[in-house]
Amino acid sequence: MGRVVVEVMPKPEILDPQGKAVVGALPRLGFTQFTGVRQGKRFELEVEGDVTPEVLAAAQQAAETLLSNPIIEDVVRVADAATDAAGTPAAGGVA
Amino acid sequence: MSAGTLASARIGVLTFPGTLDDRDAARAVRLAGGEPVSLWHADGDLHGVDAVVLPGGFSYGDYLRAGAISRFAPAMDAVVDAAKGGMPVLGICNGFQVLTEAHLLPGSMVKNDHLHFVCREQVLTVENASTAWTNRYTAGQQITIPLKNQDGQFVADERTLDELEATGRVVFRYTGWNPNGSRRDIAGITNERGNVVGLMPHPEHAVEAGFGPANEAGPRAGTDGLTFFTSVLASLVHA
Repeated sequence: MGRVVVEVMPKPEILDPQGKAVVGALPRLGFTQFTGVRQGKRFELEVEGDVTPEVLAAAQQAAETLLSNPIIEDVVRVADAATDAAGTPAAGGVA
Repeated sequence: MSAGTLASARIGVLTFPGTLDDRDAARAVRLAGGEPVSLWHADGDLHGVDAVVLPGGFSYGDYLRAGAISRFAPAMDAVVDAAKGGMPVLGICNGFQVLTEAHLLPGSMVKNDHLHFVCREQVLTVENASTAWTNRYTAGQQITIPLKNQDGQFVADERTLDELEATGRVVFRYTGWNPNGSRRDIAGITNERGNVVGLMPHPEHAVEAGFGPANEAGPRAGTDGLTFFTSVLASLVHA
């Protein structure tokens, strides 16, 4: 069984209220060194068999159509969980 | 439809798993003089309705993103086709989120800037009184209807916002207080044709004296939301 990891982050220009809440809570636990937090999403897509280039391409497409909303989010990573190899060039730049 | 058939205008109310306000929306249609028709998300047939309301709620529990999974329901394919053909479509709250996910309206909604769920009586200014759902209001009119959401912050890039402003597609603006950090106080928008309208506040909860927001006539006397539904009936008669 193969597994593809997809990571989605809010766009830099979109205020991330959840990240803001987390960064506000960290100092209360003594973590004063973290000046910013942005919260994203990680998906793990399972497939029968190996993670082929075709599977990665399909995962990239799923990431752009359902798993993220391009108006507010960026797909920052599409990769084979086993090898951690990057998927398509679009995802490779940030993987 | 022809004039004189107002009472037979059939307004579909689409229910997804997790929709909450479908019965209120159907009641609003009935009080305005139309015939509400229940539509189910898994049914790709709109049963010949003249217009569709996508009501509020938490379809699919807001999982993934609000409206993201509902957008791919079979009924939504039919709604998108009908909307592109000019059928009036109104998205309220979660319904607005579904319309943006379906790309019938631009922009998106993210979590309220203060992170809290908001439930209040909200003053809005009607900016565009020529859409299928607002033609019985007057531009500049202030109305009060309930607002209740967690993911209500309307966002879009500056170019999209400028275009919405320049083309008169901002239909409602929050007035007195911006309850969620929405860009440029935008509470509701429309498409280029004016047949598709989406907004976060809830007109269907302010259609009957005794159940709406307070106004000068007393507590719960407000019925400012009813005009959405009389507007669409008027637009169907004149279509």
